[in-house]
Amino acid sequence: MAVVPVPRKPLTFAERTYLPQIAGGLWTTLKHFVGPKDTMEYPEQRPAIPPNYRGVPTLVFDPHGREKCVSCQLCEFVCPPKAIRITPGEITSDDPAAHVEKRPQEFEIDMLRCIYCGLCQEVCPEEAIFLQNQYSMTGLSRAEMVNDKQRLYELGGTLPDAHFKWDKKKAAEEHSHSH
Amino acid sequence: MFDFYFHLPLWIRMPAQGLAVILVLFPLAAACSMAERKICAWIQGRPGPNRTIPPWIAWVPVIAPILQHLGVFQLAADGGKFVFKEDPVPGHVNKFYFILSPILAMIPALTTVAIVPFGAYLSEGRLVPIMLANVDIGLLAVFAVSSLGVYSVILAGWASNSKYPFLGSVRASAQLISYELSMTLSVLPVFLWVNAPGGHGTLSLFDVVQSQSQPGFLGGLWFIVFMPLSAFIFLVALFAETNRQPFDMPESEADLVGGFHTEYGAFKWSLFFVAEYCHMIVGSGVFVLLFLGGWNPLPWLPLATVADWLGLAGIPLAMGVLGIVIFLGKVAAFIFFFMWVRWTLPRFRYDQVMKIGWQRLLPLAIANLIFYALAIAVIQK
Repeated sequence: MAVVPVPRKPLTFAERTYLPQIAGGLWTTLKHFVGPKDTMEYPEQRPAIPPNYRGVPTLVFDPHGREKCVSCQLCEFVCPPKAIRITPGEITSDDPAAHVEKRPQEFEIDMLRCIYCGLCQEVCPEEAIFLQNQYSMTGLSRAEMVNDKQRLYELGGTLPDAHFKWDKKKAAEEHSHSH
Repeated sequence: MFDFYFHLPLWIRMPAQGLAVILVLFPLAAACSMAERKICAWIQGRPGPNRTIPPWIAWVPVIAPILQHLGVFQLAADGGKFVFKEDPVPGHVNKFYFILSPILAMIPALTTVAIVPFGAYLSEGRLVPIMLANVDIGLLAVFAVSSLGVYSVILAGWASNSKYPFLGSVRASAQLISYELSMTLSVLPVFLWVNAPGGHGTLSLFDVVQSQSQPGFLGGLWFIVFMPLSAFIFLVALFAETNRQPFDMPESEADLVGGFHTEYGAFKWSLFFVAEYCHMIVGSGVFVLLFLGGWNPLPWLPLATVADWLGLAGIPLAMGVLGIVIFLGKVAAFIFFFMWVRWTLPRFRYDQVMKIGWQRLLPLAIANLIFYALAIAVIQK
């Protein structure tokens, strides 16, 4: 690389007195003094959450109200800080979703361990776990900071589904049986 | 109306007046700390402290939210905290001097105000200053007493028995000596002009304001226009004397932790700061009196004329209040300037501080003195 010598001009008299620079600096700070504030009054004003934000992990229902998690435990295995603990459970045969066979009996995410990495969402084959917009988790005890299944569904709510894979599977099975 | 007051014995009147001035100055100095925080915040694009409000005031409409947003209650909360929190004395300090130095810091800070006039009223056609002690040595006394403030810094640094406070206090003493000279030399032209041939010799600050209230072009001119260089040198030296940025060498939290007050906490720490703000207020007051016409609202427009227009000339109380309001307004604007500069400029390096003091300001002050000595000799014959 070529060496480019930068000419260093000696300071002019005005620069050596510091005064024009000080006046310029005062003008700059005065503009900030009267200008709009850059901060947000937090609890009253909330920041706009950008798309694909990774907030608190949640479980979601599909639009038919079926819980999407089938307790395959992939998220439990992939979770780097081991924050997820799943107890799998059977779906009884009289349930409308009996063909899905399994759902979590208990699903706990320890928010004191969670690192909001989003690997659980990425690994989930059922699109059942999502890191949504909530960014503020507080609790007065360690137990309060563990989200159980009921809380996870409360936080997650219902998200749209493009596939309805289990319904398609059931339809295909019924179709093949009819032949 | 107030005749009974003037019939009281002097030993009651003087302490009462002194107490009244201190009771105004002390909270004013404390309020400066909140002003500092707010101005800092606004310059940095933040709202600053705006949350604290006691519940029994919160129900007041309009006024309470305004006070809340100005951080007034935060100031009270901070003050209360300083009074009630634990005040540890480290084991390695010299206890007697360690406790003495914040007290010593307050004494010169509250003493200098005695010699500063802050208003005037007409009494039987003669302008009478409102001040605690109208002594002829005036400014000399201010300089002499306010320089004592640095002893508390030196004492604090030494008594703390710790290297950063010690370095801070060494810097404070060196800086004070360097800038005291330029400061004194810079105001000499003002007094050369005030002490015109034929008059009685005086260093009184009241007489300086009086000579800025004369009729005629040069008589009504404020000295900042007549002697801009003097005003500039005095201003720079004032920043150095009050340990304000860009000259806050004794504190310089970046390299000396907290400087001289590193080992202090709670109420003793806050005393140092109240003292510093008192110095700032009194210093600003002296600058306003010397160069900005004191209680005169505008150049060529003395207070007496304005009071005459408003019909207040015959009411000493109203005219006195008007003068004090104008004077305090100028002082407040000047303190804003102090804070504005603080949040604009970075700190000078220690060697730069010495260089500016000895190699730039002092020769400039001497040249300025010689120039004005000659010019005044020509003008006043």
